[in-house]
Amino acid sequence: MTDADLKQTDLHEVHVSSGAKMVPFGGWSMPVQYASILDEARRVREHVGLFDLGHMGRIEVTGPDATRFLDSVVTSFVGKIPIGAIRYGLVCAEDGGPLDDLLLYRSSDEDVFVVANASNCATVLAWLNDHVGAHDVTITDRSAELAMLALQGPKSQDALQPLVEGKDLGEVGYYKFTFATVCGIPNVRISRTGYTGEDGFELYFPCAESVRVWNALIEAGAEHGLAPIGLGARDTLRLEAGMPLYGHEIDREHNPVEAGLNFGISFKEEKGDWIGRAALAAVKESPKRKLVGITTEGKRVPREGYLLFDGDREVGHICSGAVSPTLNTNIGSAYLPVELAVAGQTIDMDIRGKRQQCVVCDLPFYSRTRK
Amino acid sequence: MRPDDRKYLDSHEWAKLEGDLIVVGITDFAVEELSNGNEGDLVYCDLPEVGREIDQGETFGEIESVKAVSDLNAPVGGEIVEVNSDMMEHLETLAEDPWKKGWLIKIKPTDPSMDHLLGAEAYEQQITADH
Repeated sequence: MTDADLKQTDLHEVHVSSGAKMVPFGGWSMPVQYASILDEARRVREHVGLFDLGHMGRIEVTGPDATRFLDSVVTSFVGKIPIGAIRYGLVCAEDGGPLDDLLLYRSSDEDVFVVANASNCATVLAWLNDHVGAHDVTITDRSAELAMLALQGPKSQDALQPLVEGKDLGEVGYYKFTFATVCGIPNVRISRTGYTGEDGFELYFPCAESVRVWNALIEAGAEHGLAPIGLGARDTLRLEAGMPLYGHEIDREHNPVEAGLNFGISFKEEKGDWIGRAALAAVKESPKRKLVGITTEGKRVPREGYLLFDGDREVGHICSGAVSPTLNTNIGSAYLPVELAVAGQTIDMDIRGKRQQCVVCDLPFYSRTRK
Repeated sequence: MRPDDRKYLDSHEWAKLEGDLIVVGITDFAVEELSNGNEGDLVYCDLPEVGREIDQGETFGEIESVKAVSDLNAPVGGEIVEVNSDMMEHLETLAEDPWKKGWLIKIKPTDPSMDHLLGAEAYEQQITADH
């Protein structure tokens, strides 16, 4: 794919003129950083950062069978999501291998809003359409018409509140959503969600308003230390918070049970059968490997694909790695055989022919509530 | 325009003849690509031992930033006679002065010819064409 084939969000010119370095990501040209990746990550932990997430897939599932249908194709119990709440789930194939991971916003039994990864949105849409069967639902791709911005960091509410009319954001709980007027735009979907491990919000509104809302947030947030943040720091932050990224921690060969995502999987009878249930139930009975964190005090940064050794035996590889400004060490994620996936276990990482010792730890590396 | 008192590799190393030695470093363009203008994002530099024999084009070290690792390639073959070991603890020097203080190694070349390398103008054209 050449740069000319990459899709651009409505904020592309804004990013470029802010000095962002643009990179291909999931078929899109997206900002990887505006300044130092480490400084951007610190800013989100200490103040607030603004992210353009216009590349994400946004899908509306509506109709009398919306909830029942989704319960037959996703891992979480959609019918049990309280109205106005959000849950994490995955779409898996029969063998339990995930096609993507999702956020599911339940407005009613007949209206669920689904957020998918940019790179998998077309796959998810096709999969949903292929499995509709007799369900009475309408599946609509809203990705091209909706902007998506995230504000992340302890000052998120302070930065956003002045632009919101008639709604106290303090009333929007974690993993809950509401609709309100933002910058004069009615019915903006506002959720208290994110992918950084910090408090924050995600906003959905018509694309045409992207630049105006972005600039208003930059201006209103200035006194709270707000700055735009690229995908580089976003990757560091989500890894510190132990959140999986499709294509790294999870993919068709790496199931959500071994990835530690059981909170997003329901085996309850009332949910009924769903695609991948039997395969994942079997994995749950006897998992062979487990996703863990590794830390290393060496200067070298764990990178995707670096092999891990227990003595001479190859036991796994790095899924994601980063310099962690929050922990002040280098971190990575990896699948290890269950007998080695124990906090405190030491293993060797092969860095381009040299060995560096690493220590296994439980995920997440960082939790804002459990310090 | 980059300094024309030296030659360049398309992998962004420079080579400068000083007496009978060839001094090797990396260009400002390489530093910028690795760090995007934030020298704090450079995290590690691995340089060889003095006395090691290397071939032209061989990897003699690595430099790592927050986001990527790059090989360091030898512009000429020969013996490594000096290594800028201060550099490993002071990567900011690379951003401040990649042309002089930021040198990496000195090679006693088996053949001092640098005709196979790019001149400043050709290097300039190449990075313009790539980006």
